[in-house]
Amino acid sequence: MRNSKVVTLDEAIRRSGLKDGMTISFHHHFRGGDKVVNMVVARLAEMGFKNLHLAASSLSDVHSPLIEYIRQGVITKISTSGLRGELANEISHGLMKEPVVFRSHGGRGSAIASGVLHIDVAFLGASSCDELGNASGCPRSENAKSICGSLGYALPDAMYADHVVILTDDLVAYPNVPKSISACNVESVVVVDSVGDSSKISSGAIRDSKNPRDILLAKQAAKVVINSGYFKDGFSIQTGTGGASLAVVKYIRESMLEKGIKASFALGGITAHMVKLHEEGLIGRLVDVQSFDKVAAESIATDQTHQEVSSIEYASADHAGSAVHALDMVILSALEVDVDFNVNVLVGSDGIIRGAVGGHPDTAEDSALSIIVCPLLRGRIPCIVPKVTTLITPGKGVDVVVTEYGIAVNPRRPEIAERLSAAGLKLVDIKDLAAKAVAMIGEPDPIPFGDKVVGLVVDRHGELLDEIHNVLD
Amino acid sequence: MEIKNAMAGTLESGDIMVRIAPGDGLQVDLQSSVSARFGRQIKSVITETLRGLGIENAYVQATDKGALDCTIRARVTAAAVRATGKDVWKD
Repeated sequence: MRNSKVVTLDEAIRRSGLKDGMTISFHHHFRGGDKVVNMVVARLAEMGFKNLHLAASSLSDVHSPLIEYIRQGVITKISTSGLRGELANEISHGLMKEPVVFRSHGGRGSAIASGVLHIDVAFLGASSCDELGNASGCPRSENAKSICGSLGYALPDAMYADHVVILTDDLVAYPNVPKSISACNVESVVVVDSVGDSSKISSGAIRDSKNPRDILLAKQAAKVVINSGYFKDGFSIQTGTGGASLAVVKYIRESMLEKGIKASFALGGITAHMVKLHEEGLIGRLVDVQSFDKVAAESIATDQTHQEVSSIEYASADHAGSAVHALDMVILSALEVDVDFNVNVLVGSDGIIRGAVGGHPDTAEDSALSIIVCPLLRGRIPCIVPKVTTLITPGKGVDVVVTEYGIAVNPRRPEIAERLSAAGLKLVDIKDLAAKAVAMIGEPDPIPFGDKVVGLVVDRHGELLDEIHNVLD
Repeated sequence: MEIKNAMAGTLESGDIMVRIAPGDGLQVDLQSSVSARFGRQIKSVITETLRGLGIENAYVQATDKGALDCTIRARVTAAAVRATGKDVWKD
């Protein structure tokens, strides 16, 4: 084809004008199956680049090879939504000189749009792409090797990066429509053996729980939804990725069928659970920033009413039209909730980073009703605590906390408490839950934190929210 | 009190596996998924439980998966009964 943008990775890097000290970006739609980050950074290391800022939408266990490139000085700064596995462990122990900057998905979108997070070169994996760069997370030929569905987290990078390289494992005939990323935003196309292992997309945070406690929590959370005052025809909903918060969908569905109530849309990370309700006609539209499993990815590939949105359109605080502003209710999980309703979803009880900010603070703040579902204890680890280890979602945006020992409503929302009480739900003071946890497990020793700052949590409005310190052994 | 090798418990989440062997004084070797926050407490529950059973000399190897104190006491007691042959529940 004339004007073909197809080149080798080396040529794409050379053409991009990438220099030491610049910012490179990646998306995490393949989650634990991602192959692009490791492949590109390995090549950049071989080509002798140094002091790069890696700005990924998120990082996971699969990115542990980055540890070596950080030691070599290839990567000296990281911005991300999450960190897991050995990379997170090393960074928590002080691997990097500069602290990792954590942003929510909406916060990252806003920061890219406003120029606060300037991307020099974006390396974006796509399951199909034509020679001019029209790219999609959906398969478009019989030779397709991967599928990731929505490319919502990659769209801000494609729109605002100075230079965009698409990596694809299926080069298809022009025009690759419908496209997610427009050829007008793409400078180079690189064909590789594999951009990601789609079978690993639903690994990590997603699990379909058979745990009786999760099922109890889900049933209680469904009762909160149904009696909250927001459960009426045309309502909108988002769920997080914890076992209990996913299981809630099952119980809400039963009530929707019984009462003849339909939802207008479901938002966020879209799962097979949501696709099922959509196909049954119970949810009008799916608004999808990230397809959380293969069923969701296949649905977005074929269904016109299952719509992709960028992280900006999903959850930006700076854009009044972002979808979270139209969201009625969100059901989220947590590692810790404190007596002021603040939530931590990033740092474990041992002080080691082991999660992701995700859309938690975005959806909690802007939805009409936010419900956190978490057990009082996980083993001996308390989830309702006097003070969160790390502040991720401020308590002013958190309305209801559901535990197996009772439901706590934020005193800022007395009308919700009244409705739930009237429906016969057992409400408790969140301070009593924290006291109950201590009575069962004893007073934990403080986490052995050091003096070095290894992470900065930047809120969705761009303000510094908290600092994460290194952990001493 | 004579001590033989004995054990109790499992490696399931929320449980603790306790092995008791002959030793000089009470020595506890603890591996725990929650050691950073609860290691000190778990060790003291183990030693107090053994002392309560009249055991002052034993080497204890414990692998903890977030067990609560009541579980730790039960597993240590069961291991001690097996190690000494003295059934504290019957007596």
